[in-house]
Amino acid sequence: MSARPLNRDPLNLIVTGVGGQGNVMISLIVGNALVSEGYFVTVGETYGMSQRGGPVMSHLRVSGERQHSPFIPEGCADVILGMEPAETLRMLGRYGNLRVVTIVNPRPIYSIDVTAGLAEYPQMSQLLEAIEELSAQTWIINATEEAQKLGDPMFANAILIGALIGSGLLPVDRAAVEGVLSDTFPKQIDTNLAAFSKGFELLQ
Amino acid sequence: MASIEIDAPGTSQLFIGNEAIARGALEAGIGFAAAYPGTPASEILGSLAAVAAKVGIYTEWSVNEKVAMEAAAGASYAGIRALTAMKQNGVNVVSDFLANLVMSGIGKGGFVLVSCDDPAAISSGNEQDTRPIAKWFDIPLLEPGDFQEAKDMTSWLFDLAEELGTICMLRSVTRIAHARGNVTIGELPHRQHRAYFHETHDLKSVMPTPFMPIPSVPRHKLLHQKMDRARERFESSPFNRYVGPESPELLIVTSGSCWLYSRDAVRALRLEDQVGILKLGTVWPLPEEFVQIHLGRSQTILFIEEIDPFIERSVMEMAANLSCSEAPSVFYGKRSGHINAYGELNPDIVIQAIRRILGVPYEPRDADYADRATALAKSHVPERSMGFCPGCSHRAAFWAMKTALKLDGRNGFVTGDVGCYGLGLGPTGYFQARTLHCMGSAPGVASGLGQLDRFGFSQPVLAVVGDSTFYHSALPALINGVYNRSNFTLVILDNSATAMTGFQPHPGTGMTAMAEPTDPVDTEALCRSLGARVEICDPFDLTGTIEVLLRTMAEEDGTRVVMMKRGCELVRKKSAGPPYKVYVDTEKCIGEACGCDRLCTRLFLCPALIWDKDAARAAIDDIICAGCGLCADICPQGAIVKEAA
Repeated sequence: MSARPLNRDPLNLIVTGVGGQGNVMISLIVGNALVSEGYFVTVGETYGMSQRGGPVMSHLRVSGERQHSPFIPEGCADVILGMEPAETLRMLGRYGNLRVVTIVNPRPIYSIDVTAGLAEYPQMSQLLEAIEELSAQTWIINATEEAQKLGDPMFANAILIGALIGSGLLPVDRAAVEGVLSDTFPKQIDTNLAAFSKGFELLQ
Repeated sequence: MASIEIDAPGTSQLFIGNEAIARGALEAGIGFAAAYPGTPASEILGSLAAVAAKVGIYTEWSVNEKVAMEAAAGASYAGIRALTAMKQNGVNVVSDFLANLVMSGIGKGGFVLVSCDDPAAISSGNEQDTRPIAKWFDIPLLEPGDFQEAKDMTSWLFDLAEELGTICMLRSVTRIAHARGNVTIGELPHRQHRAYFHETHDLKSVMPTPFMPIPSVPRHKLLHQKMDRARERFESSPFNRYVGPESPELLIVTSGSCWLYSRDAVRALRLEDQVGILKLGTVWPLPEEFVQIHLGRSQTILFIEEIDPFIERSVMEMAANLSCSEAPSVFYGKRSGHINAYGELNPDIVIQAIRRILGVPYEPRDADYADRATALAKSHVPERSMGFCPGCSHRAAFWAMKTALKLDGRNGFVTGDVGCYGLGLGPTGYFQARTLHCMGSAPGVASGLGQLDRFGFSQPVLAVVGDSTFYHSALPALINGVYNRSNFTLVILDNSATAMTGFQPHPGTGMTAMAEPTDPVDTEALCRSLGARVEICDPFDLTGTIEVLLRTMAEEDGTRVVMMKRGCELVRKKSAGPPYKVYVDTEKCIGEACGCDRLCTRLFLCPALIWDKDAARAAIDDIICAGCGLCADICPQGAIVKEAA
């Protein structure tokens, strides 16, 4: 299948959060849907030791032309999907630019440095203001809160995927992503699809 | 999302490099794969093991890398295509066998070694480059530049290995192994594997013995002939190619993950008409004629590779034979300081190196924006140190060891080892580990320290290893300690998993790589049979564990073993919910007034135990809490409550 041409090629997406949040799963599902639409996709992940509570990021690069490296050059992100607000700002600091669009879940996860009193976690209002200042457009999605209503905070991931697809920023149809999501979580298809729809609607 | 055995030739799949390598091995018709887990290599054997029964191959998590390679060699000798895969440290473990294998040659079944290096040591103790071993031992070596090549090269290497009669090596790195990309898959063969050991002693031959390194001299000569043939094959390999203008101002010579970094960098700088890229896939032996032709394109060369200047040195050695008119005039790279010989590379590093040489501008984002973004991230984003997971038994184990060592009062310390508990050197292990090297080195180092009483040494030593590491290489050090009556305590953190690398089974678990049950080795009985005294405890019983440690350290006679048994939380939570509902009784918690110095949040360091600044009390983050209830046992005020969930 040949892919539709992109406005920017490659399109650079960062998914960021904290080890254990399910970062890898998001980029895997979105990446597979994009490959099924005929694109070259490269996903770079932070793996291993950093999964143990450290900052985690996936770089997802979409191209109609060729395979790109798994690293987005600094200052070159098009979209940042943040599962945790401080980590979202960390990514904007390094990869943000005047055109970047940010989708952020404002649920903080404190680091052990913060709980130990060795580092300061800023007020949420300050954090979100900084994110908005550095983004051409910002979507604040209370994904964890919505997921808890569905029975498990892990559904935040499907909500955020829904929001990302709902934004229309990626060249992929809703049905393709829902298909991959269903294949990946056969045991909880209904709740995951409900979570996906919730996120999708929040960005309409 | 496809599994590696998907039967859909011609379709494009999104595979991590490790899956692409495994798929390549399947397409080549392997029958045998053995490995010991190690990041970033683990998913090669892991993904093969997941489909082994279905596709009719044998896979094994071996006790260590050396045994894995020896087992795979056995399969090759009996005519079965075989693969072994390991992280860079594993190549050191196999090196003794490998040095002899190159001399003996392989069997009729092609044999491929995959080494996954870890530049920047993201999940390792070091960032060793394994390519020099190919040069040192005379092994044909390929490096994939993307995910497609990871598959295609693996497949081809089996053919090459059989043609040459020698083991061939594929060198991957973390950013291939663990990154994902498109892989167009090929046909899966329908091969009937038949194993038979044909070779007999042939007295009429110059080399009468099959599969032995002796007689060494003629075999060494034969090995060099094999390498010459490999070089000839590499001269026309499609894995080597050039992209760029006919006569570029600057020629990049690159390989592996750096191929895509180089392409991205040239594009970001919009220098496609001025900079050419020579991408090498067959990196040892160097295809000298091919390289020489392309070197002639430019007077200025820049080498981009991770980590050592391997290609850089090889090309410069080769260039020493060129006449003045043929040779480029300037070589940039690690020798010139334009590229570091440490840490991993990325497109930005390549961009900066090209800019330094050609003096071209680059502004990926508005300069004012860049200043503001950097400043906001610096002032608003807190540090996030790594630590043990919520509910991890290692946190309890290190808390008990810290407490016991303090109560003992003789300045005792921990020698550390490789695994999740390597984090014992950091804040959540309370900085207890004082040494950390390779697998199994904790008891090795301790067995030496334990002999120093004759020189006045009286500090207790706790050597800490995990259960998988115990079998990998701690066992010989334990035997050494027991037999030589060394005074130390081996602490086995038995969480019934190789947790760091993805929960692979090991000989203590009673399960094989192919998910078949087998009799587990009884670790306790094994240690006792050596003559070591063994104590068993549950690290979540902090008081009991501290008592056991104090008693054991006081014994001072020969080597003791303390087994701390508690399953990995990440495994447990897959099949069961949290055992306790944990909360803070805000009436009982008196915050800073307690005098405990915020033991729970400042010292114990569980990510789920947070400090509510507004209330000035401890709190539990329900989203993160695993419900282990350990914090309820350490709060001096009894303010943390655990209720059976």
